[in-house]
Amino acid sequence: MKRTQREIEESTRQITRRGLIVGGLFVGTGGILAGRMRYLQVERADDFRLLAEENRINLRLLPPARGLIFDRNGVLLAGNEQNYRITIVREDAGDVDAVLDEVAQLVNLDLVSLERARQEIRNRPSFVPVTIADRLSWEELSAVAVNAPALPGVNPEVGLSRVYPLGADFSHVVGYVGPVSDWYLEQTGDTDPVLQIPDFQVGRYNVEDKTEGLLRGRAGTSRVEVNASGRIMRELDRDPATPGSDVQLTVDAGLQNYVEARMHGESAGAVIMDCTNGDVLAVASAPTFDPNLFVRGISTTQWTGLNEDPYRPLANKATQGLYPPGSTYKMVVALAALEGGFISPEETVACPGHMEIGNRRFHCWRRGGHGRMNMLESISQSCDVYYYELAQRVGIENISAMARRLGCGMRHDLPLSGIAEGLAPTMEWKRRRFDQDWVVGDTLNASIGQGFVLSSPLHLAVMTARLASGKTLIPNLIRSVDGVPEARPEPEDLGVNPDHIALIHQGMWRVNNHSRGTAYRSRVMGDEYSIAGKTGTSQVRNITAAERAAGVIRNADLPWERRDHALYVGFAPYDNPRYATAVIVEHGGGGSVAAAPIGRDILLRAQVGDVPPSDLYPVSQRRGIEEMHRTLPIFEAPPQPSGRTPDRGGQDA
Amino acid sequence: MSFLEYNVKSTPTGWQKILHLNWALAMLLVSVACVGFLMLYSVAGGSFSPWAETQMQRFAIGFLAMIIVALVPIWFWRNMSVLAYIISLLLLVYVEFFGSTFGGAQRWIDLGFMRLQPSEVAKITVVMMLAAYYDWLDLEKVSNPLYVAIPLLIIGIPVALTFIQPDLGTSLLMLMGGGAVIFMAGVHWLYFATVIGLAVGTVTAVFTSRGTSWALLADYQYSRIDTFLDPTRDPLGEGYHITQSQIALGSGGWTGRGFMQGTQIRGDFLPESHTDFIFPTLAEEFGFVGAASLLLLYVLILVFCIATALMARDRYASLMVVGVATTFFLYFAVNMAMVMGLVPVVGVPLPLVSYGGSAMLVLMVGFGLVQSAHVHRAR
Repeated sequence: MKRTQREIEESTRQITRRGLIVGGLFVGTGGILAGRMRYLQVERADDFRLLAEENRINLRLLPPARGLIFDRNGVLLAGNEQNYRITIVREDAGDVDAVLDEVAQLVNLDLVSLERARQEIRNRPSFVPVTIADRLSWEELSAVAVNAPALPGVNPEVGLSRVYPLGADFSHVVGYVGPVSDWYLEQTGDTDPVLQIPDFQVGRYNVEDKTEGLLRGRAGTSRVEVNASGRIMRELDRDPATPGSDVQLTVDAGLQNYVEARMHGESAGAVIMDCTNGDVLAVASAPTFDPNLFVRGISTTQWTGLNEDPYRPLANKATQGLYPPGSTYKMVVALAALEGGFISPEETVACPGHMEIGNRRFHCWRRGGHGRMNMLESISQSCDVYYYELAQRVGIENISAMARRLGCGMRHDLPLSGIAEGLAPTMEWKRRRFDQDWVVGDTLNASIGQGFVLSSPLHLAVMTARLASGKTLIPNLIRSVDGVPEARPEPEDLGVNPDHIALIHQGMWRVNNHSRGTAYRSRVMGDEYSIAGKTGTSQVRNITAAERAAGVIRNADLPWERRDHALYVGFAPYDNPRYATAVIVEHGGGGSVAAAPIGRDILLRAQVGDVPPSDLYPVSQRRGIEEMHRTLPIFEAPPQPSGRTPDRGGQDA
Repeated sequence: MSFLEYNVKSTPTGWQKILHLNWALAMLLVSVACVGFLMLYSVAGGSFSPWAETQMQRFAIGFLAMIIVALVPIWFWRNMSVLAYIISLLLLVYVEFFGSTFGGAQRWIDLGFMRLQPSEVAKITVVMMLAAYYDWLDLEKVSNPLYVAIPLLIIGIPVALTFIQPDLGTSLLMLMGGGAVIFMAGVHWLYFATVIGLAVGTVTAVFTSRGTSWALLADYQYSRIDTFLDPTRDPLGEGYHITQSQIALGSGGWTGRGFMQGTQIRGDFLPESHTDFIFPTLAEEFGFVGAASLLLLYVLILVFCIATALMARDRYASLMVVGVATTFFLYFAVNMAMVMGLVPVVGVPLPLVSYGGSAMLVLMVGFGLVQSAHVHRAR
């Protein structure tokens, strides 16, 4: 419409006035915005920079590879294997149940672990990966990887997991690893950050546990830049994990396998040592169990089975079990008597089958008695009355002092779990323990390794090794760490008259090689591998006077758990002792029948270095021995040393 | 004053008009758009696809549209105002029934090559309609209550249609853009005092109504307000946008982390970083210097627009240009205030920088009108 000039000017004036107001508002608002920018970007820049760093940088712990465990020849006893597993991230998966159903089509998922995974998925933050299946085969992992587009949020991953290639043979030496439990953290007070790594495993038993500090290594860290959903964008820097040290043990895998196999079917324990340097060559306990079960997570059924087995597969009878050593203790008494000059080797003691002390009658194992016995005969025929006589002359303090010199009644510091201390009793001990005075009957019982005396096969093996070598051998199990040989103190001389040692040797030789020796059945043909030993039979029950009158019940007629323990200690070769062993067969009956053959076979295996040929056995036993060696679960071939040679210190003789 | 009073002889004609465009304003617009391309390239992780390339094509089309609109005499556009307004109302009604739905709101029509948001179109047509209305209205009647009610209706219909989509942000922007034209037209200030009083009353009512059966806003709008008042209340949920946005802004510091080095963007911590939250990206990578520079470019654009309005000596042109300028101002001011935590998150793009077709095209047409007013001003 037409406007007058006055109107136009009024309109323009008004627009100019109001336009300047609006423009001023624009600029003013711009100023406020700029001020806010300055506040956020300049004054509070540091705060926000920090928040941005917290947003994007995540510190991830890198698990160290656990140190390997080898035998003395470099055979791998505990290694690490690739463990394929699949994880799921809830927020990436969307419909978790649908995705889990898809996964279940591809891999074998048992209901229990699936339910556990579901629960964990619910409880953890939505961006945290949760393991849904573990220890998959390569085929299963590939199936998941190929179907990845149909499985949102599911990731195949690779980790390291402990594996024991020789399985059950070494569970009583190497032990096993297990997950880090709250209980473990509480017990050890261990605050190593490495324990926070999901699925990290720590040593729980035997060498794995006792050398945890060597094997574990140190966690590395990786600073990674992550995005909002926690996915790693790139690695900023990395401090690699330090792998654990490799531990080489003194045990011999082939020998250990043979000993476990030889005791198969029994409830037994055995130790064999090198009596030149104290190396423990085998620590075996039967029955045994597969340590891999514990790594993978043992089922309740399997656990109950192992725990309730009357043969106690979980216990290491060789080092944890304490038994009355029986007649294997007689060398201690004999040596104490010789050293103290309480008897001469030629002096004889009459054995009528029993001895009366006060109003108590102490019996010899042979009801009719042995007749006149000198020291050599007393050892080879294991006459109890001879030692009752010695006990009264020598006294318990001298006997127990000699026992401790020979390594009994003390703790041997090996990296094994629950090592038993043993007991070489003294008068003072009894007073403290029972508030009772020591009586001469106690000494008599002790002199034949009964009563208060307690030893494990490890003690008896050390005792035999010291008797065989005349040196204070200290048992040791670690040969080298990362190829650096462990320092071993040079064994000192026992400080015993060599003639007396020689006499004991002769007595022990007769046990196996004299026709009246208690282990004559377990003799070795030929001189090259000749062995010397001592049998023992220790009662686990009291024989009442009434039973004795009616005739002692034979072991075979007793229920298993009331039969006598059978023991054998021995060394070989006789001329130049190299190996010493101690064997116990729980409730095996007589030592000469149940334990001595095992001891003989072990000593032969150690000397020959392979399954002993049957011509070393008495002719009548050869067929049985061949049959046994065929059926025992022995390695097809001696295990080959693994490619990695741990021993940079060179092999010693 | 009408086109007949123009001194036609002194006005450039034909293609000569191109030389008489406000090229300084055009270059400012190109500069801002280039900032947009740079940021879209960065947000895509150093790639022209999927955003920067499309955005460039759209800007080219928009720039062409601006020149075409600028070459057409301003009086033609004044005569087209009513028609444009009616068409935009029809489009708004159309999306109400047939529009594509995204994020719970019906907002656009899928044209195949682009998605048209009628509410964006309406922002400009409302301004055109009001300017035409006041050009027609006698000056004495401007503050007459009856003639104040008519522009309120003109604004109210598209605002209501946009609000029920629901799109609170756009409807508020439209309301304020229209209000600016009414203010420029010289309506008595008492009306504005009344409106502000009513607004305060409404806000009070909105908050009092919360949780009752007559609640005036949707729950998500209430929660946005809550989060705005205290973003740390739920940093991983409702307050996530604004918290991450402020972290991105703040961590930029004086000079920023450098092009393509923004960790908030690289790590996807900042959602919608190519649309509504593109400004924190710029601020993180180029710091206070970069962010303030963009603000300066925006303010310069406004200054040129106001200058054009004041020089036009044509009531329609002046009112329309201030309306376009106010709309533009509201876009960037609200967006910046939003990402800096000064106002609630309302979903307003950063003009010419955020990825989006409708807003850019509509704004370029708006600037075409401004250019037309500049070219065809009285000399």
